[in-house]
Amino acid sequence: MNSLVFAVLALGGMALLAGVALAIATRVFHVEGNPVAEQIDHLLPQTQCGQCGYPGCTPYANAVADGSADVNHCVPGGERTMRAIADLMGVEPKAVEEAAAEPMVAFIREDECIGCTLCIKACPVDAIIGAPKHYHTVIADHCTGCNLCLEPCPVDCIDMLIKPELLEHWSWPLPDTERARTGLKRRSQHAQAA
Amino acid sequence: MRRLLEHIWGRKPFDGGVVLDMHKDGAQVPITDCPLPEVLIHPLKQHIGETCKPLVAVGDHVLRGQNIARSQGYVSAPVHAGTSGTVVRIEEHPVPHPSGLGMLCIFIEADGEDRRQPLGVMMTNWLQRDPAQLRERIRAAGITGLGGAGFPTFIKLLRDQRHPVNTVILNGIECEPWLTHDQRLMTERSDDIVHGLAILMHMTGADHGVIAIEDNKPEAIAAMQDAIHSWQCECEHIASTSVRLEVLPTRYPQGSEKQLIQAITGKEVPAGKLPLHVGVLCQNISSTLAIYRAITAAEPLTERVVTVSGQGMPAPANLRVRLGTPIRYVLAHCGLDQLDGMQIIHGGPMMGERLKHPEAPVVKSTTGLLLIPDDTLYAEHQPEEPCIRCGHCGDACPIRLVPNLMADLIRDQQFEQAEGYQLFDCIECGCCSYVCPSHIPLVHYFRYGKGQLAQLRQERAFAEASRQRSEQRMARLEQEKAAKAARRQKARARSKVATRTADKQQEPPA
Repeated sequence: MNSLVFAVLALGGMALLAGVALAIATRVFHVEGNPVAEQIDHLLPQTQCGQCGYPGCTPYANAVADGSADVNHCVPGGERTMRAIADLMGVEPKAVEEAAAEPMVAFIREDECIGCTLCIKACPVDAIIGAPKHYHTVIADHCTGCNLCLEPCPVDCIDMLIKPELLEHWSWPLPDTERARTGLKRRSQHAQAA
Repeated sequence: MRRLLEHIWGRKPFDGGVVLDMHKDGAQVPITDCPLPEVLIHPLKQHIGETCKPLVAVGDHVLRGQNIARSQGYVSAPVHAGTSGTVVRIEEHPVPHPSGLGMLCIFIEADGEDRRQPLGVMMTNWLQRDPAQLRERIRAAGITGLGGAGFPTFIKLLRDQRHPVNTVILNGIECEPWLTHDQRLMTERSDDIVHGLAILMHMTGADHGVIAIEDNKPEAIAAMQDAIHSWQCECEHIASTSVRLEVLPTRYPQGSEKQLIQAITGKEVPAGKLPLHVGVLCQNISSTLAIYRAITAAEPLTERVVTVSGQGMPAPANLRVRLGTPIRYVLAHCGLDQLDGMQIIHGGPMMGERLKHPEAPVVKSTTGLLLIPDDTLYAEHQPEEPCIRCGHCGDACPIRLVPNLMADLIRDQQFEQAEGYQLFDCIECGCCSYVCPSHIPLVHYFRYGKGQLAQLRQERAFAEASRQRSEQRMARLEQEKAAKAARRQKARARSKVATRTADKQQEPPA
């Protein structure tokens, strides 16, 4: 009888101690936000385009992190981003719904701009400058090509242009040999099998 | 005894490398002038670094040697007008680049007078001048590494107290097949080259000067020997300095800076470090001559010597070409009007690139123009076959990398792993592709891998910048919203007070 009481007391005491320690640890080592969501956010292309159905890259990252969204909704990120997120989350890769378009950049036809500032408010990365009743213009280096400025424009003076190919950004293509192409094919087959 | 041992063992001045057929057909052909074309085309970037900004507008009249584009940022070299004339256009034009893409160029229509504008005073008394002053002159002259890489020269000449330079090496190796312009310069203008070396030694405070030449250029060796001898007789007062000639066995890629330093001093330049860190300055022969001209004659860089050769060339030539001359014009001067069925290689056969547009101009990094008939070029071209793990590529690699492994990883799109095998240390010399019995275009894979990694990094940086901008915008909107709410609350409170007082006034006194 005595030994039974002793055992219960000992185990109970240890459990109590562990509980207190855990309670203190959660206070001391508290992490703001969700670290997984932050990691996912760093993988996303940050176009803030909303094509995933969420208002920006961070909300989508949060949704993926808590499991309420699939990993394959980021269209501009394409296959590579989807794969990286799936790796991080430890889930099966899924095909991205739409093929990523070529990188685009917005261009305002300034003659037609009426200076309504609606596009400036719509731009998620503050890449449009201008003032009321003055021409607006897009800072091409900052534009993510998200298309969000097209819809609010009352006079439809914004065009999406294909980003010009610059000498500084050019890089060598894959060698034009049969085996080089086989490598690419094999890689995608591996991915599908996984 | 050492010679004998070297003869028995075969001297290998640096790791790896290959012995090539040198085809130095133009070695006996003296340098001649290429006539001036009607229009010179000056690209705004002919060096490694930032693109220049035009200083002239269409319609301006310029003189030869006038600065027409200012350098932007530190790593940059200004561009000078090649002749006197009028600026007729500033627009995109093809340049010598593997992409075949265009770049903003300044077009100058020659007026035929070819009047010069000097850079300043002629510094014939350079020994009394401050090295910083000489360095500024070299920067203003727009001199870049004329061996093909195009790195702005003045940056290498910075005097760093922590890394004193004790040896200046003049690179007269010219290890690429066909190219002969440096060889001709050493034969014809050996005195000027030795003076250029003396200037460099004065600027860096180096005690030793070495002129390195491969043993397949006997004429150049003899000429340089004479020049060194006469210079030593001329200035016996500088006794502490020593200049010597080093004759090295022919081996590719000995002309690569780090390999040459290893061959001469035995020291290896660590990865990611500069020759400065082992106390060496290495300069190309053409660049040294340009430095000599810039200092003693106040001439900016407006011309260079270009080798025109190759199997498709009836007579090889070494031409002094004005920078900006269209390549088609240079070839026409050499008697080659018909370019069909011919490939033009810009640079040497090992590291050069196929030129896509013959309209592109001669730029500072144009070492040679090689004409190769299509059938000769493609006769060598064979399909890529599987790697048989012979290890020849690793033996040939002067940097001791593992080309076959790196290529496998890049083929499977695993760029980051390839980077772990020091992909970025590859100098793209082409030895591995040359020796591969399976005809794997190894260097092409490495270029592709490097490009993909650079692109990935660029995308990440852009994403990070966008994220920050988006976060800042969110914070700003939040702040605006809070300010608005606060204002509204204040207004509401004020109106409440107002109604209450109004109510009080309406209430009849009890």
